[in-house]
Amino acid sequence: MADHTRVEPAAPTASPRGPHGTRAVARALERSAAVLRDRLRAGELGSLPVVLVLAVVWIVFQSLNANFLSPRNLSNLSVDIVGTGLIAVGIVFVLVLGELDLSVGSVSGLAAAVFAVLNVNHGVPEWLALITGVLAGTVAGTVQGYSVARTRVPAFVVTLAGLLTWNGAMLCVLGTSGTVNLDENGLVAKLTSSYFTAPGAAYGLAALGTGLVLLSSCLDRRRRKAAGMRHRSLRGIAFRASGLAVIAFAAAYVLNRFQGLPLALLIFLVVVAGLDVLLRRTRYGRQVYALGGGVEAARRASLSVTRVQTAVLAVSGTMAAVGGLFLASRITSVSQGSDSGVLLLNAVTAAVIGGTSLFGGRGTTWSAVLGMLVIQSIASGMALTDTPTAVQLVITGGVLFAAVVIDSLSRRSQEAHGRA
Amino acid sequence: MPAPPLLALHGVCKRFGVVEVLTDIELEIHAGQVLALLGDNGAGKSTLVKVISGVAPADRGAIEWEGRPVHIRRPHDARDLGIATVYQDLALCGNLDVVGNLFLGREIRRYGLLDEVEMERRSQLLLERLTRRVPDLRGPVVSLSSGQRQTVAIARSLLGEPKVLLLDEPTAALGFEQTTEVLDLVDRLRDRGLGVLLISHNLGDVKALADRAAVLRLGRNNGFFDVNTASQEQIISCVTGATETAPRRTAHRETGW
Repeated sequence: MADHTRVEPAAPTASPRGPHGTRAVARALERSAAVLRDRLRAGELGSLPVVLVLAVVWIVFQSLNANFLSPRNLSNLSVDIVGTGLIAVGIVFVLVLGELDLSVGSVSGLAAAVFAVLNVNHGVPEWLALITGVLAGTVAGTVQGYSVARTRVPAFVVTLAGLLTWNGAMLCVLGTSGTVNLDENGLVAKLTSSYFTAPGAAYGLAALGTGLVLLSSCLDRRRRKAAGMRHRSLRGIAFRASGLAVIAFAAAYVLNRFQGLPLALLIFLVVVAGLDVLLRRTRYGRQVYALGGGVEAARRASLSVTRVQTAVLAVSGTMAAVGGLFLASRITSVSQGSDSGVLLLNAVTAAVIGGTSLFGGRGTTWSAVLGMLVIQSIASGMALTDTPTAVQLVITGGVLFAAVVIDSLSRRSQEAHGRA
Repeated sequence: MPAPPLLALHGVCKRFGVVEVLTDIELEIHAGQVLALLGDNGAGKSTLVKVISGVAPADRGAIEWEGRPVHIRRPHDARDLGIATVYQDLALCGNLDVVGNLFLGREIRRYGLLDEVEMERRSQLLLERLTRRVPDLRGPVVSLSSGQRQTVAIARSLLGEPKVLLLDEPTAALGFEQTTEVLDLVDRLRDRGLGVLLISHNLGDVKALADRAAVLRLGRNNGFFDVNTASQEQIISCVTGATETAPRRTAHRETGW
């Protein structure tokens, strides 16, 4: 959890002024509090609720069990979020489009099964089996996306059919054997068992992440200033970057006290950051948001609705497959239960808890990371305190319900303030 | 006539199934002029706009662009000619900000990524030319007033540097002040040499703004007026059909103006 916290300061740093004498600080705080208050009243919550929930969850479990915030547990937590988190990132794309993909659980199971059977039972080289598994997810997603775009049937219905179909396909691929054990020392197993033990790795990643954010803000500021446009103050940029740096380096410190930077976490953060750029900084991503805001408007702006819908479900299928491989890596086996319905629910829950709107048009890939942190923290805390699974499900359900209510209320409040 | 009209329609027909919606329509749009298109509900005004913008291409008839015959079969064709359309429902994406809406479908890129700075700069310049109060460029479009949204929709249609602008009821949903602002805007566009086709139910707007008016009735031309000389009663009676200008006679009237 080095870089994902980038979004956390988004809400409080609405005030771009840093310290300059005590009075200046007081004034800056006052002003930022006012801005924050306005935004809260207008229903623009951003990632604030999820950060608060995460804080509450951590405080509660730490008080129940002193081991909760130990480096060991946090490090394990950071690896446990990766599998479902990658699936949730794909879900974010679909939610932004204003649709829902119910098939991700089955697709992830199918991809893992394809990989396992090809590699273990048929002796196909691991890299080839890996690529085939991921491509199976891409193909499944593309087929679904094209069907949605062509038939205009809502995606949740098409992917419900997909859920059954890909589940059947997985059982078919697995055959009668039921469970396939992966090579403990193989490439896939190492995905979640490798750590960069050198302390420099975690600190380096923290420095790199902070540095990139700092650099891009400064470059943006310079161009805006040159063009005579509104731009952030240097102090605001420094404030933001230092907030990010504190969180990133704290995370790196904790990780280094256990086994160092987990490879899985590194991959997760790189993928999330990359897809964040894709969604928010490219023409393709802009089209996804536009479709989530209004299909008819997007069509009149001569966007190809078919292409965008197909591509979005292809992304979610691909991410489901990648996530499925990470999940298989964590338990080094693939079984008929590899696509349990809880997986799908967790992925959707994570995206929504993290702040991606169910109504389409709003959300970022980082919300998957935050949401997964909440869900996995609850699961981990429950395990530490020996709470039965039943209670865990009820509590996760409660958090999801709260997140959806907040989403809906904030949307209504935004409408009332003419902002939705 | 010294210069050929920017856009001329001759004998344009359009039918949906067995219903003939437009019959032998004649229309000319000149540069630097506002042509009002009047007619009762169901007279075929919006269909005519769709014919010109390529959404619902004509079945028969000739279309001339600056004097040479052209075919408009897709929205793309109209856009390539230089015809921009602002639809009644504006077709904006509420969740995107003003810049995002303006450049939707023709984003500016730099190293493959969206160039937000350049797009924001051009949006600012464009909107400054169009309106006195430029809205917050980074706020979502839903937070704008309906007048500001109308301005954004018109600004978006102007990004492609069109020569003809089709406005479908631009003031229908607006209050008094906002209507004035939009009408001012249309006035300035005319001064910049655009040909504007303005659909409106509001004769006050037409009187204030248009140079000429074309009246449709039941899918046929029912008269052309010079707005400055024709009386309001004349126009209204033509719209409602009290004065029945037989369609066959439109050709004769045509030569009159």
